[in-house]
Amino acid sequence: MIDFGFTLSKSSTVDLNKVDRSRYDQLVKLVPTARMCMNCGSCGATCTVSEYKGMSVRKVLTGIQRGEDVRPMLSSCMLCGKCTMVCPRGINTRNLVLTLCKIYD
Amino acid sequence: MIDRIPSGFHPFVIPFLIGMAFVLLYCFGAMIRVLYELSWQDRKKFFLSLLNPKILLKDIKDIFLNCLIHVPLWKRNKLFGYMHSSIAFGWFMIILLGHIEVLLFVPGRINLFYYPIFFNYFVAEDDVTLRGSLLFFLMDFFLLMIMSGIALAMARRVKNYMFGVKRMARPTFLNVVGLYSLWAIFPLRWLAESFTAHISGGSFLTIPANWLFRQFLGNELYMLPTWWAYSIALCVFMCVLPFTRYMHIPAEMLLIPMRNAGLKVRSSRKGFARVEFFSCPNCGVCIDACPMTVDNGNVKDCTVYLTRQLRRGNEERIQEISDKCLLCGKCEALCQVGVEGPGLRILERARRDYTVPFNYPAADKSVDKNHKVLYFAGCMTHLTPSIGRNITELLRKANIDFTWLDQQGGLCCGRPMFTAGRIAEAKAIVANMEKLILESGCDTLLVSCPICYKMFREQYNLPGVEIVNYIPFINNLINTGRIKVEKSDICYVYHDPCELGRGCGMYDEPRKLLGRSAGIAEAQQNREESICCGGSLGSLSLDFAQRENMTKAALDNLYTSNADAIATACPLCQATFARYADRPVKDIAEIVNQQVI
Ligand code: SF4
Ligand code: SF4
Ligand code: SF4
Ligand code: SF4
Ligand code: SF4
Repeated sequence: MIDFGFTLSKSSTVDLNKVDRSRYDQLVKLVPTARMCMNCGSCGATCTVSEYKGMSVRKVLTGIQRGEDVRPMLSSCMLCGKCTMVCPRGINTRNLVLTLCKIYD
Repeated sequence: MIDRIPSGFHPFVIPFLIGMAFVLLYCFGAMIRVLYELSWQDRKKFFLSLLNPKILLKDIKDIFLNCLIHVPLWKRNKLFGYMHSSIAFGWFMIILLGHIEVLLFVPGRINLFYYPIFFNYFVAEDDVTLRGSLLFFLMDFFLLMIMSGIALAMARRVKNYMFGVKRMARPTFLNVVGLYSLWAIFPLRWLAESFTAHISGGSFLTIPANWLFRQFLGNELYMLPTWWAYSIALCVFMCVLPFTRYMHIPAEMLLIPMRNAGLKVRSSRKGFARVEFFSCPNCGVCIDACPMTVDNGNVKDCTVYLTRQLRRGNEERIQEISDKCLLCGKCEALCQVGVEGPGLRILERARRDYTVPFNYPAADKSVDKNHKVLYFAGCMTHLTPSIGRNITELLRKANIDFTWLDQQGGLCCGRPMFTAGRIAEAKAIVANMEKLILESGCDTLLVSCPICYKMFREQYNLPGVEIVNYIPFINNLINTGRIKVEKSDICYVYHDPCELGRGCGMYDEPRKLLGRSAGIAEAQQNREESICCGGSLGSLSLDFAQRENMTKAALDNLYTSNADAIATACPLCQATFARYADRPVKDIAEIVNQQVI
């Protein structure tokens, strides 16, 4: 390969036609408020473990809609509830994380 | 008194014998099952406690005071207490006196154990009966007492505000059968004894009735049917007993010795827990106590329904009930038999399976090792930063050097994980935190969040480190003269946070501290009856919108004091109340810090 002095980063395109959204659909059934997220990012900004593992409920929600593996994030949540306290949409984020921890297979 | 029936038997005792045999066998089987379900350490502990005269004496005393006299109910409401103890104690006395009568007059029949129950049918008065007139009087007296209790119970069905308990659990069909047969037993006994009173004697209740009935009924004709009816009512009651709330009668007699032996619930379904949920008499006290039942919502998620569904093994409902509760602990604090509503629910949550494991995220966190006092604010305090700021200012004013463990945020004590039922995961958090705290070389761990404080006290092992809540700590700073405060003229009402009050038993220290720096007023329901703010992390499934009314109801209770502002000692209560309160909500740390001179 010729060294141009730069490389191309891997494409981050998400092909929404191929993404399996079943896990998101299942989540929405069990935690209906999950649908109300407006991606404001308050949850990630306040999250106790975001400084260590980049946890954010917003990223979890977008991640499962894009077919990404969000398990590393889920497994770092301490369930402290700060994200629930700040969510302007009143989403039960703790229950959302717990439910996902249960339905992932 | 002499024997009237030579054989000492009549077929009408058969229903009673069937019922009695059934209930005894059932309870014996249930007891064996519970003992079998206990761990062998617990079983040993239980049997040893029965050999210890001191514990045994306490068992007998507690059974007498709780099951017969119903002391906790008297404390709640005199009429409510009277209703229960008149039936329980009166019935006990009738059985006891029945045995005394048999021993005294026909000692040869004492081995027939239906004799004391149907004594008046089998005997006839003779000229020495005078000796028994006191017994006859007592018999009628206790019968009257029971019937007055039953009359109250009937009145309660019509006018349910009577005893200060507004709501009751909806009775199931078998509970209704049990209730009506219980109500029927004593009037039938009175009728039966009245119809035989001219033969076997009686007292102020039965003799006039006998005279009255004789005016327009032939006595002999009605005698047998009423004895039959009495026996059948007893049979029905005893046959449905194991499937109704009346199972609490035998269950509580096992619960008390087990609790006195020091047994704890280890599973939500078996052993001690089984005795506990069968001991619930469905009194309904926990329905009014529960903050979730505001505006009659969530009534079916109260502890009384938890015990009912655990008895039935209805998995779906058990899960729903367990996940919803705020774990505020009020039902347990007010429950007369001590059903551990929150504890059972946590154990129930611990039965769930999770496919995503937990990895402790903050393992490489380090700590400054320079100071003897380590301050831990807790994650909720990061949402109400004024608490942390005021506490650190107070520490500086008192010239205390300290390390702020979680100044940058990012540490949790593990209690939310614990209450979610992920016990092993919570233990991982605890182990990492213990390591960090011990590494700091501190001798005092100062905690300003009562949720964390409870967790540290109960689940942490920190040798050489004293765990103190900031309230007694600041009180101590004032006592030793390191800071001085003056009183402001603002009047605060103090809200007891669940985790500090019912959770850690701290009620007086915060009031003392608040009283030193401001005026203080009391809400209608306070201390162990304080109402949860509704923000509790204990609930998994309650949504934000569902909590609004709970917070408003808790605020209404605080407003009854007419105070200018609300004081609390928990960051979560402060944040939750501040959302809807019409007056300022402050943490005690902030109030004190403003008054330092
Ligand atoms: S509950 Fe989990 S996701 Fe939410 S703030 Fe706490 S650690 Fe972060
Ligand atoms: S705070 Fe709530 S609305 Fe905002 S991104 Fe997080 S979950 Fe979505
Ligand atoms: S749990 Fe306790 S307070 Fe509730 S109904 Fe049962 S005995 Fe009464
Ligand atoms: S712990 Fe509190 S919220 Fe839960 S059932 Fe008992 S009273 Fe209700
Ligand atoms: S106990 Fe709760 S409120 Fe306190 S720090 Fe831990 S997670 Fe936060």
